[in-house]
Amino acid sequence: MLTAILVMVSIAVVIGLALGWSAIKLKVEGNPLAEKIDAILPQTQCGQCGFPGCKPYANAIAKGEADINQCPPGGEDGVKKLAELLGVEAKPLDETHGTPKPKSVAFIDEKICIGCTLCIQACPVDAIAGAAKQMHTIIAAECTGCELCLPPCPVDCITMEPIIEDLPHWKWKHPVINLKRVA
Amino acid sequence: MSRELFKFKGGVHPPEHKSESNTRPIALAPIPNFLVIPVRQHIGNPAKPLVHVGQSVLKGQMIAAADGYISAAVHAPTSGVISNIDLQPVPHVSGLPDLCITLVTDGLEQWIDHGPIDYQALSPAALRMQLRDMGLAGLGGAVFPSAVKLDPGAAHTCPTLIINGGECEPWITCDEMLMRERADDILQGVAVMRHLLGSTEVLVGIEDNKPEALAAMQAAAAQLDFVVEIVAVPAIYPGGGAKQLIQTLTGHEVPSGKLSTDIGIQVFNVGTAYALARAVHHGEPLISRLVTVTGHVLRPQNLEVLIGTPMHTLITHAGDRDGTTGVLMGGPMMGMPMPDLKVPVVKATNCILVKSSELFPTLPKALPCIRCTRCADVCPAELQPQELFRFAKAGDFGRAQEYHLFDCIECGCCSYVCPSHIPLVDFYRYAKSEIWANEKEKRAADLARERHEFRQFRLEREKKEKAEKLAAKTQAKRAELTTAPAGGAVASEADAKKALIAAALARAQAKKVEATPKNTDSLSAETQREIEEIEARRAKIRELAHQPLETEEKLK
Amino acid sequence: MPAPFILDRSSVTQVMAWVLAALLPGVAVYVWVFGPGILVTLSLATVTALAAEAAMLKARGYPVKPFLTDLSAIVTAWLLALSLPSLAPWWLIITGTVFAIVVAKHLYGGLGQNIFNPAMVGYAVLIVSFPVQMTQWSGPIELTPSSLSFAQSAAVIFGGDFPKAALDAVTMATPLDTLRTGLLQQLTIDEIMPKSIFGQYGGTGFEWLAAAFLVGGLLLWALRIIGWQVPLAFLAGIWLTAGFLHFFDAGRFGAPWFHLFAPSVMLGAFFIATDPVSGATTPRGKLIFGFGAGFLTIIIRTWGGYPDGVAFAILLMNLSVPLIDAWTQPRIYGGSKRNGKDPSA
Repeated sequence: MLTAILVMVSIAVVIGLALGWSAIKLKVEGNPLAEKIDAILPQTQCGQCGFPGCKPYANAIAKGEADINQCPPGGEDGVKKLAELLGVEAKPLDETHGTPKPKSVAFIDEKICIGCTLCIQACPVDAIAGAAKQMHTIIAAECTGCELCLPPCPVDCITMEPIIEDLPHWKWKHPVINLKRVA
Repeated sequence: MSRELFKFKGGVHPPEHKSESNTRPIALAPIPNFLVIPVRQHIGNPAKPLVHVGQSVLKGQMIAAADGYISAAVHAPTSGVISNIDLQPVPHVSGLPDLCITLVTDGLEQWIDHGPIDYQALSPAALRMQLRDMGLAGLGGAVFPSAVKLDPGAAHTCPTLIINGGECEPWITCDEMLMRERADDILQGVAVMRHLLGSTEVLVGIEDNKPEALAAMQAAAAQLDFVVEIVAVPAIYPGGGAKQLIQTLTGHEVPSGKLSTDIGIQVFNVGTAYALARAVHHGEPLISRLVTVTGHVLRPQNLEVLIGTPMHTLITHAGDRDGTTGVLMGGPMMGMPMPDLKVPVVKATNCILVKSSELFPTLPKALPCIRCTRCADVCPAELQPQELFRFAKAGDFGRAQEYHLFDCIECGCCSYVCPSHIPLVDFYRYAKSEIWANEKEKRAADLARERHEFRQFRLEREKKEKAEKLAAKTQAKRAELTTAPAGGAVASEADAKKALIAAALARAQAKKVEATPKNTDSLSAETQREIEEIEARRAKIRELAHQPLETEEKLK
Repeated sequence: MPAPFILDRSSVTQVMAWVLAALLPGVAVYVWVFGPGILVTLSLATVTALAAEAAMLKARGYPVKPFLTDLSAIVTAWLLALSLPSLAPWWLIITGTVFAIVVAKHLYGGLGQNIFNPAMVGYAVLIVSFPVQMTQWSGPIELTPSSLSFAQSAAVIFGGDFPKAALDAVTMATPLDTLRTGLLQQLTIDEIMPKSIFGQYGGTGFEWLAAAFLVGGLLLWALRIIGWQVPLAFLAGIWLTAGFLHFFDAGRFGAPWFHLFAPSVMLGAFFIATDPVSGATTPRGKLIFGFGAGFLTIIIRTWGGYPDGVAFAILLMNLSVPLIDAWTQPRIYGGSKRNGKDPSA
């Protein structure tokens, strides 16, 4: 009886020591889970999730403080990927955070722009070029389509232009072979 | 002398259908009323238009310049006036339009000044730049800018030069006819290639189903002052694929993910060699090419066609027939269906194949894959097409890449033999383009993350700097105020602040007076209105600026 | 629809039709050696398979015609029928066929999706569930006192009133059964082999059937319907494994030729193991698949609970196909790696 207890206790001690040692020795800097989540998020930095940017949202998900379905730009696909990563059930997007829209870029009507720089301050990725009292313009290649520049504009000169499919953006479609329907 | 040939794995023997179009000599296509010339006819950056609407141009004049290293210029194929520079339908399977320069022809064929290039006197780099500006691109179908391919790179030499006269696609005979009628010119072009690449061995691979072409090339090669070996290779599709021809002729395989130049071999199509000869020996840029017009037409033949000629004019010239079910650019194995017959002939157009229901019966419905691996047996890239299909269909692109999706040359052999009639190549194209798109998206997301993080860092830094600056300034001002005022015995903090504000106000006032516009007299009514509009907007902004707290809170 | 715009003239129907055609020599020899009973079995299995296939296609919402005319159901039916004892009762045939089509084929997703060979699943279910009926073989005509006409066979199969004595006069144990029983009675091979059921190479009559299947198989190979890898590796697996055992103890283990010339081996090598859907796809994978099936066949025949092991051996190898395929990915054009990626990576 005593031997059994001793054996169990010593096993527990050894395993505990091993765990404690590895917790210190094998510690990973940063939060790897949040990084992985951040890699899935679309980096629109739009804040529709209720967090100021993708990284804070990723951290919140990693801590279990936010749900995985709060990112409209990521769409259902993004939710699915997050669900897969976290090993949870995928769920439909939370509509209160907005609905997915076709990918767009902001466009400044340069005739109306008064050069107030409010949009420049709002842009999360510094994709607007311009200076005070100078006309501004969007660097389309760097615009994430977050729409954060729309509300501050005093003259409503910014519009969202959906990205049209042109030759360089064209993709082959999934071939349709419907076995169930026969001509 | 006969050369030891090697066999590549796989391949198929579709019906050749060459005799329809190779019995008539090459003819000149009529000059149409207008030409539509896309600026994106090659791989790489599209050319930049140099002309404006209404401008008269001469034959051979550059109308769009090469943009960057991997690019090629575009020239006016004949003389005339530019009528449009806009989006027009182009020969692309998507049916999407692209930027084109429309040229209304005047029928005068007035050439711009041109003459032969003394290529041996030029440095290789200068010669390559000149070839880029003459619009040379591979005419075998991939239209890669030739100037880039003629650069032997770090090795400074490319020992083996292979000229591809394989032309394994059914129906197409433009390379064959070119070799039969213009073998001398082709080999003149080969001489320039050999010069640029420093090649010591020149091989011309021609499929053995073209005896006339072989004979013509052999006769022409005998006249040369350097050795060109004309080799008959077995006719098997896709024996004319660059990688397959390299293996057949040399026994070497191009390593996966590398270029043939990495193993000291460069391959050019015979048409490219011909175009190069025209460019160097006659100073003619690439403004026309041979096009096989065949299939369901009255007189299948090869035509010398100006780039930009609308396809329907060629079909009319060859004699259109009732019962046409569609038109392909290229052959039946790798060609693309044309969304519109108004699309122009481009540098990549080697064949216009008119379909009818007799020649091209509707393909049967697809059935499930039974994993019979016939596709694997015929795959010249030695892939496992049935596995690639499974992954591509399921959207498992990672696995598809692991199974070497990007080594697929899209030759269509797998689809051709599939007993279940599955459009396999479609699935590979779809998977490839999804992977590219994902890659692009990922890069965009990474860029956005990086920029966002930098912005956070910048804001933080600015805030800190501002705070430091402010602290320093206040310190200085306070010091000034405490010493300057007469009788200023004890200035309280509040007094100091008040003084600061007053000073700032005075400064602002001064600025305002300064900023008053000077030329306010004698303005037109329109300008006056504009100014008023702007003033109104300014007023609105000022109003908004008066409630900064709200915005700030929102930002927080 | 994009390129290519032309097709070779092959089709699933054509492939399946050739498989059926290649089975005909075997069927003819079967009739000649064992009497016309097999024709009843074949017909019953065919009708059952088509009915089950049609019903399942309907139930799963697929169009019936293109899938029924691909003939794959009939191939399954014939392979199963040729594996069953020639005087198996009607319900046995129907049960096996229905199980093969409904469970092994359609419940796994239909044509092209089944991981197990449907005919072999049907066979395995029957031999596990009804071992007695599954050994009711009619003996070769030249060895039995009497033989059955077509009508008499039908009567036996459909459970008609048939005298037990007459039935006993036509049935006898198969060579493999005899061998097995003999070995269990501690007899040596030399004592068992002189029995009349054993012929020159395999069993009397049975060896002719094996030869007929071999001819059909070679036809399929000549037509490039099947590759050489699976049959050759399968036969090599049988021959080498049996030969190895026989070499060490000829008294306890049958001769390799005897094992090779069992009809089930030829049928398995050329018609069943070559089933593309449930088999390995890479060239080296096919060799491993075939050899493994041959090896397991002998192992099961020697130490297993059933006289023949072809069905179980093939089913076991079916199980290993994803692993074999993943491990034997061939080198590609211009590739350097010989091996495919580890499937777990």
